[in-house]
Amino acid sequence: MTVQSVLSEKDKLDLLRMMVLIRTFEEAILREYHADKSPGFDIGAGLVPGEMHLAAGQEPVAAGIGAHLSRGDAMTATHRPHHLAIAHGVDIRKMAAEIFGRETGLGRGRGGHMHLFDPEAHFSCSGIVAEGLPPALGQAFAFQRAGTDRVAVAVAGEGAANQGAFHEALNLAALWKLPVIFVIEDNDWGISVPRSASTSVPSNAVRAAAYGIPGTRVEDNAVEDVWAAVGEAVRRARAGEGPSLIEVHTLRLWGHFEGDAQGYRGDLEGVPGRDPIPTYHKHLSDAGILDTATFTEMGAAASATVEDAIAFAKSSPLPDPADALKYVFTEGARS
Amino acid sequence: MNTLSSTQTQLPLEPEAGRRRLSTSKAIVEAIAQQMHTDEKVFVMGEDVGAYGGIFSSTTGLLDEFGPERVIDTPISETAFIGLGIGAAVEGMRPVVELMFADFFGVCMDQIYNHMAKIHFESGGNVRVPMVLMTATGGGYSDGAQHSQCLWGTFAHLPGMKVVVPSNPYDAKGLMTAAIRSDDPVVYMFHKGIMGLGWMKKNPRSIGAVPTDAYEVPIGKARVAREGSDVSIVTLSLSVHHSLDVAEKLAGEGIDVEVIDLRTVAPLDREAIIASVSKTGRLIVVDEDYQSFGLSGEVIATAAEALPGGLKHVSRVAVPDVPIPYARDLEYAVLPTPARIEAAVRQAVGQ
Repeated sequence: MTVQSVLSEKDKLDLLRMMVLIRTFEEAILREYHADKSPGFDIGAGLVPGEMHLAAGQEPVAAGIGAHLSRGDAMTATHRPHHLAIAHGVDIRKMAAEIFGRETGLGRGRGGHMHLFDPEAHFSCSGIVAEGLPPALGQAFAFQRAGTDRVAVAVAGEGAANQGAFHEALNLAALWKLPVIFVIEDNDWGISVPRSASTSVPSNAVRAAAYGIPGTRVEDNAVEDVWAAVGEAVRRARAGEGPSLIEVHTLRLWGHFEGDAQGYRGDLEGVPGRDPIPTYHKHLSDAGILDTATFTEMGAAASATVEDAIAFAKSSPLPDPADALKYVFTEGARS
Repeated sequence: MNTLSSTQTQLPLEPEAGRRRLSTSKAIVEAIAQQMHTDEKVFVMGEDVGAYGGIFSSTTGLLDEFGPERVIDTPISETAFIGLGIGAAVEGMRPVVELMFADFFGVCMDQIYNHMAKIHFESGGNVRVPMVLMTATGGGYSDGAQHSQCLWGTFAHLPGMKVVVPSNPYDAKGLMTAAIRSDDPVVYMFHKGIMGLGWMKKNPRSIGAVPTDAYEVPIGKARVAREGSDVSIVTLSLSVHHSLDVAEKLAGEGIDVEVIDLRTVAPLDREAIIASVSKTGRLIVVDEDYQSFGLSGEVIATAAEALPGGLKHVSRVAVPDVPIPYARDLEYAVLPTPARIEAAVRQAVGQ
């Protein structure tokens, strides 16, 4: 497979288009999530109950990865998975339905927003920090043993790099030259704890050296730099040269979860200027690649896709409480 | 169900088992090898499963037969390699992953109970994890508190994984065959004392008749190991043999003990428990796992819920809630020994 190393104008517009789609989805979930939780805030109330971790600000990571992956490639994500799922081609209607806890959802309402599984896209996520990494090794192992050039991308937050699972996974993947790309989303915060209080090194990319694999850090949430770094890592993995580690300094635009008052956070002041979408919009406009009409069309298309998914979710049936015991085992029954 | 008359005491392992005899460990290896021949998606992975052949001989010879591509030694990274097994299973492979001692689950339980066991459910049945997690259990040889536990109750408490516990070579092969063929994750827990190892005291029934061809022992089905009318012992694993020995001894005194070998902990064969206790009215649970909040309580609850007022006696012989001691006499003071089982039977029948 030839690997592209230069972005075309169309590719750049596609990156922005994906970022806009993700943001549109997250804004819609934000709207729906809070629509029936006031006055006051009851996390268990409403059509979309439970914890909600939205990824506004982290779109460059997802867009930069997704551009390099094909239908057979795998991805494992985290408790904050929507942006990655969308960029990886997860069925957006079924994902919305799962978030609304509907029978038509990816997991028939059994999983919820932190537990999205789309076997057709080979996508999964885990709500346990760093524990989504080891299963990605197994997917990569299966692809390797089948003689394919398919790869697995394992995404985790910067807090995950201090977990044992991270280090075990990097060692084993390097040892067996598995076609895995580890991507760390460094959004500066492990809920309320800044990375300066959690991490002994200024960049998790340096930790790659401990396992004899390449490590790269992408600064400034720059989508084109993510694209370039992931492109090289994917090329390497498809060529049988083994895993890579990429850390992206990204941005969590909103709270850890909805309802997080973020009193611990002093970086909110600067947020508007750091929002990657207007930044990249301006970059492409200044370069003469993007005109107003095209950007307007992107937003309209994203809205149409997202609102269709939300409508599908809301109009879908809820699971039958009589079926609450189904799917524990493959025969659907339990003693 | 067996069709033998109730006048017969200890039942043969299986009428069709044939005359060839294997140790439990060799029966396990044969089951894995046959499935590896049948299905190229089956592979074995774990610490010391290759050249060593498994610390408790659960993979002896497989490396020579199938090579290092399919019998794979791992780093001491249980989270990574059990997780790897999960991901491979999700993609359609059928890993048999060994966790050397069940006691080691503490370093990797997240992969086991939050991932292996839950993915099928969380995906609404769309993603299957056809994986076997094979692990050694049990004490009795002074290996101390971190290498002697049974812990099947801990695994069985958590939904989404089947937990099988063979007591003899015939069941060991049949349950392993069924586990590898199963589309659900199966935790396969073998007691070191039933493996027939040359370097550890073994029960005489650690070597027994095993058919040559592949066969399944159904997951979720208990077996009447000995028919009796006075008292039901519900047990599993090595304790089956202690219970059978006690039953034989007491038969000479006219005490007729029924022994139920559960074979599977999850899903529990509640019908078999209820059927036996309905007949005898007296229930003793013998369990080498910790006593409180575990299998023994679950078996008793099963009988009590089904037979309110129908129980003349209930007791249990389990490990009182202490870590397994090192010193031999201390360890044997807490294990479910034949002496403790015999005392419980005598109490149950009023002697």
